[in-house]
Parts: sequence; structure tokens; C-alpha cells
Amino acid sequence: MKIEILGMGCPKCHKTMENIEAALSETGREAEVVEVKDLKSIADYGVMITPAVVVDGAVKIVGKVPSVADIKALLGWKK
Amino acid sequence: MLTVFLLAYFLPFANLPFGGPIKEALLMLQEYAREHVLLCLVPAFFIAGGISVFVNQQAVIKYFGAKANKILAYGVASVSGTILAVCSCTVLPLFSGIYRRGAGIGPATAFLYSGPAINVLAIILTARVLGMELGVARAVGAVVFSVIIGLAMHFIFLKEERKKAENGASFAEVEDESCRPLWENGLYFASMVGILVFANWSVAAKGEGGVWDFIFRIKWVLTGLFLVSLIWMLIAWFKRDEIKEWTASTWTFAKQILPLLFIGVLVAGVLLGRPGHKGLIPSKWVAGLVGGNSLSANFFASLAGALMYFATLTEVPILQGLIGAGMGKGPALALLLAGPALSLPNMLVIRSVMGTKKTLVFIVLVVAMATGTGYFFGTFWG
Repeated sequence: MKIEILGMGCPKCHKTMENIEAALSETGREAEVVEVKDLKSIADYGVMITPAVVVDGAVKIVGKVPSVADIKALLGWKK
Repeated sequence: MLTVFLLAYFLPFANLPFGGPIKEALLMLQEYAREHVLLCLVPAFFIAGGISVFVNQQAVIKYFGAKANKILAYGVASVSGTILAVCSCTVLPLFSGIYRRGAGIGPATAFLYSGPAINVLAIILTARVLGMELGVARAVGAVVFSVIIGLAMHFIFLKEERKKAENGASFAEVEDESCRPLWENGLYFASMVGILVFANWSVAAKGEGGVWDFIFRIKWVLTGLFLVSLIWMLIAWFKRDEIKEWTASTWTFAKQILPLLFIGVLVAGVLLGRPGHKGLIPSKWVAGLVGGNSLSANFFASLAGALMYFATLTEVPILQGLIGAGMGKGPALALLLAGPALSLPNMLVIRSVMGTKKTLVFIVLVVAMATGTGYFFGTFWG
């Protein structure tokens, strides 16, 4: 599973990264987590408002910082 | 950071045995800590936090689609910065999205220009520190000229725009559920704005009396009323999780912005001194370059603003120092209009999106508009 966090480096993007890593460690799962900071790549996903979360190439969350619970719910992980 | 604030608030800097730029910097910091943080910045951060968590941003960006009504697109582009640019790092992705896949270069550049200029925090602090006139002029100038600049860009590059419209790409939209009716959100924001406005209601100038003065006498009653209604709304309409998200977002803004603002205040204090006092840079130089209201003063301020980088809100103390050191009101507005939207690093990113030629045209338009508006403002309100 590849999780990409789209954002140009502001605190919201860092918080998103924190929450994703927390969700991973709490459920004991592993995934490749990548930060995408380059504007062209962000634009290529059709994302206009950052932060955004892309899972295995599909845009899942746009424009807000997902909570740890949101991430778990999104990926269907049990608590 | 709380420690820094408390130190800045309480330490008796005025009693330091030496004078000069460093003391000026510390005194200016103290003034900001005492006068502006608690009653103005704190409510403003709560408002910004509320906007970033509760306002449905997706609902706004659908106005920027390729097939959207063009007039609406310009209108929304020019004012939506208040809501969308609260987190300043999203201005560039949004600009890029509107330009490449949405309504095109017109609304995109309109948003690019006005977004950073009318973000909620900036307007509030400008009005508070630099005065209502400059605050209003900044907001009005940003909105009006964003539309003009957007339209100009659209017509200058009309042929290309037509070709792009034929291809019609679209952008990713993700469904967003908002479980609170619009009117409840509206009242929630209104109560926070009410607290902000009345807590900062200033003393009536002599002769202004009447209604203004009456309100001033009861300002704390009014502020209290709005505070109570806000608390009631939070209990009645908001879930605990939402309140946690809101306060977390507020704190994130404060953490992100306050340190830079304090640094800006210290720099302004050292270089320019508080209004009426001296800093490192002699007032003669400031007055010579940007004093009065000549076209060249406005142009120089506008150009300097375009090139210089201002972290969110730092333009306010710097401008406060400059005005205190002799900068005219016209050039001050020119800097406020050209400053936030552009900076050297920013220009490079814009160039990567629209290319050198369009970026240069945009910069020329911004500097020209800012110079002209500053000159006009200085003539009538200077």
C-alpha cells in the first residue's frame, strides 16, 4: 500500500503525516508513506486544495487534515 | 511560545538602562503582546481555525470549474481568499488547479492576487494596528483589482485561453459531508466576529460622540453577550470532536504564525523603531524614498513589496515602523497591495505554472495597480 501526502510543506501537511503514521503504528500495519511537495505532481492529481491524501494512486481526501480515526475508517482498518 | 509571550508581556523593558534600536524592538514586541495578542489575534485565530475546519471548501471551488459561469468565477475568485487562503500554502496549488483544469487564467490570477491579500487574519490585524482606513482600503483594493488583473490577463492571452477551453479538463472532487445547516455556521462565525469587533471597540475621538461613544461604554457588556451566545452555540450545536478539531486548528495557526510575527516585530523595531522613535534606519532615508505621495514613492513601495517576502502578518509591523518613520499613506497601501501576493521565491513558482511571459505580465499588472491605487488613496485619504 502506498500512501502519498500532497502538500507544499505547511503545518497541516505535517499533521496529516503524523496522523497517518499514528494510524499505522496503532494498527500495526505497514505502508509506504511518501510526501509529495512538488506543485506539478500535486496538480497532476487534479488536487486543488492541500493537504490531500492519495492511496495507491487514488485521491481519497482533499483539503483537510484527516484525524487518526478518519484514516482508519477510510482504509477499513479495525481499531 | 507561551513563555515568550508571557515574558514579552510582563518584563519591564521600559526600565532598561540603555536606549536605541534593541530597546525599541523589545518595546514594540511588548506593545504587540499587550495590545494586540489577547483581544485581537486570539479571537482572529479562533475565527481562522473555525473557517479552516467548518467551511466546506469543496463547495467553493466548484465555482472555479471549466464549465462554470464566468462572472461568478471572477467574483468568487476575488473574495474567496478570505476563506480559502487562511492556510497560505494552499494558494499556489489552488491557483495551479484553476489555471490548468478549471476556469482558466482570468479567475486563477484573480485568486492568486487577492487570496494572500485578503486572508482573514491579515485584514483584522491591518485594521487593528494600521487603522480602519488602511484595513478597508487593503480589502477593497485587493478584491477590485484582482478582478481587473484577472480580466486583463484573460484578454491579453485570449487566443491561448480559447484553445484550452476547447480541451476542457476537470479537477478531482471529493464528496464532503457537512452536518450542520448553513445558518448555524453563520451565527457561530457572527458571534466570534461580534466578540472581535466589540472587544476592540476603541475610544471615541473628540466630537465623534453619540452612538459610537455609547457603544464604547457598553462594549464589554456586548462582548460578554456574544461570548455567552458562542458558548451556548458550542454546547447546543457542536460535537465534542468538532470542538477539539477547531481548537487544534486554532492552536496550529497560532504556533505557525505568532513566532514569525514576533520576529517581524523585532526586526521592524530594530530597523525602524516604534512610531515617533528612532531605529537603525534614519527617518530621512525612509521619507526620501517613500514619503509623501509622489508616483515614484508609490512605485518604489510597490516594487519593493513585490520583491520582498512577507510571512503571514509580518507586513503589518514592518509597515507600522515604516509609516512611523515617514512613509506616506499612499505608498503604504501600495506596499500592502503588492507585498502579500508576490515575492521573489513566489514568482519562480508562478513561473513554473504559467511560464515566464505570463508571469512577467502578471507582475507588471500588480505593480502598476498597486502604484495607481496607492497614489489615488494617498491623494484623497493621505
